[in-house]
Amino acid sequence: MEYFVIVIGSIFVSNIVLAQFLGICPFVGVSGKLSTSIGMGGAVLFVMTLATIVTWVLQYYLLTPFGLGFMQTIVFILIIAALVQMVEIILKKVSPPLYQALGVFLPLITTNCAVLGVAILTIQKEFSLMEGVVFAISNAIGFTLALVLFAGIREHLDLMEVPKGMRGVPIALLVAGILALAFMGFTGIV
Amino acid sequence: MNQVANFTKGFIKENPVFVLLLGLCPTLGVTSTAINGLGMGLATTFVLVMSNLVVSLIKNVIPDKVRIPSFIVIIASFVTIVELTMQAYTPALFEALGLFIPLIVVNCIVLGRAEAFASKQTVFSSVIDGLGMGLGFAFALTILGAVRELLGSGNIFGLELMKGDLMLVFILAPGAFIVLGYLIALMNKFAKS
Repeated sequence: MEYFVIVIGSIFVSNIVLAQFLGICPFVGVSGKLSTSIGMGGAVLFVMTLATIVTWVLQYYLLTPFGLGFMQTIVFILIIAALVQMVEIILKKVSPPLYQALGVFLPLITTNCAVLGVAILTIQKEFSLMEGVVFAISNAIGFTLALVLFAGIREHLDLMEVPKGMRGVPIALLVAGILALAFMGFTGIV
Repeated sequence: MNQVANFTKGFIKENPVFVLLLGLCPTLGVTSTAINGLGMGLATTFVLVMSNLVVSLIKNVIPDKVRIPSFIVIIASFVTIVELTMQAYTPALFEALGLFIPLIVVNCIVLGRAEAFASKQTVFSSVIDGLGMGLGFAFALTILGAVRELLGSGNIFGLELMKGDLMLVFILAPGAFIVLGYLIALMNKFAKS
């Protein structure tokens, strides 16, 4: 039951992009096309889950026992940066097709605040390792859902006649605002 | 380089939020009130100035291949300093900004200025650049926060300006996107022409 609450809560009720404002840069930057947003979503799912596991283990077996809590930000961001590099190298060797699909998005993920955000939130909410994994996966799904919905709308938006000053990012942000309004409808479900 | 132009470019011409569209996560996340926007802006300014200073000081020592990780460590150190300082001296603001303080470390503006400017320029112009960009960011966040606070609760910086039924939605998540969208459209219309 608790896992169910985490899943629904992170995908719909407090969607990572539309309610918590994490990962806005790829949301605005990458989501012009449906296919690229699915690729980005896959890469985020991969890195976010791995990063949450590694940072959780480090937090509870290294930082907390030695009283190094203040090093959290530095350690976490370094781990994420190293992890992204490693995933890139391993994917290139082991699964070239997957690398082809996700490769271009991987370097962008280091500065995706959603990954660091979820890692820190997992610690702040005092989740167990299993809950953390579920939390990370559902947040990645929520991220992908927001990206795909947004990309679908933006593909149609290209064909519309938009006032000159509103073209590009401003109209995209308004669309995001309306999407966020729609997601507010989920408030109170869990 | 003309230092005055170097300082003022961050406010309008190359404003990080309205023109460069960098650092949108904290921009949207913390600006439910003007004071939160200003606090976040100033915290980011400190990190920007200090990381620009250190990066430009040691730019000749860092091997090219490991420069990005080195920049990240430098930035993360200053973010930790800000985090601990705010926790000690401004606990209310620390609570309000929450997760977005450690996330300054992945704010694209900070790494972007380190890589694009401080790693190539002199120490003095790097500091001026960091200060201008940081204050431009703070300026944008304060405006966004003020508009949202006014429309949502009738206040600016806690001063009551309007009464009656207000549009609460502007303090909530959708309002952040909508107000920022209109502000960027206004910038496109007036500042770029």
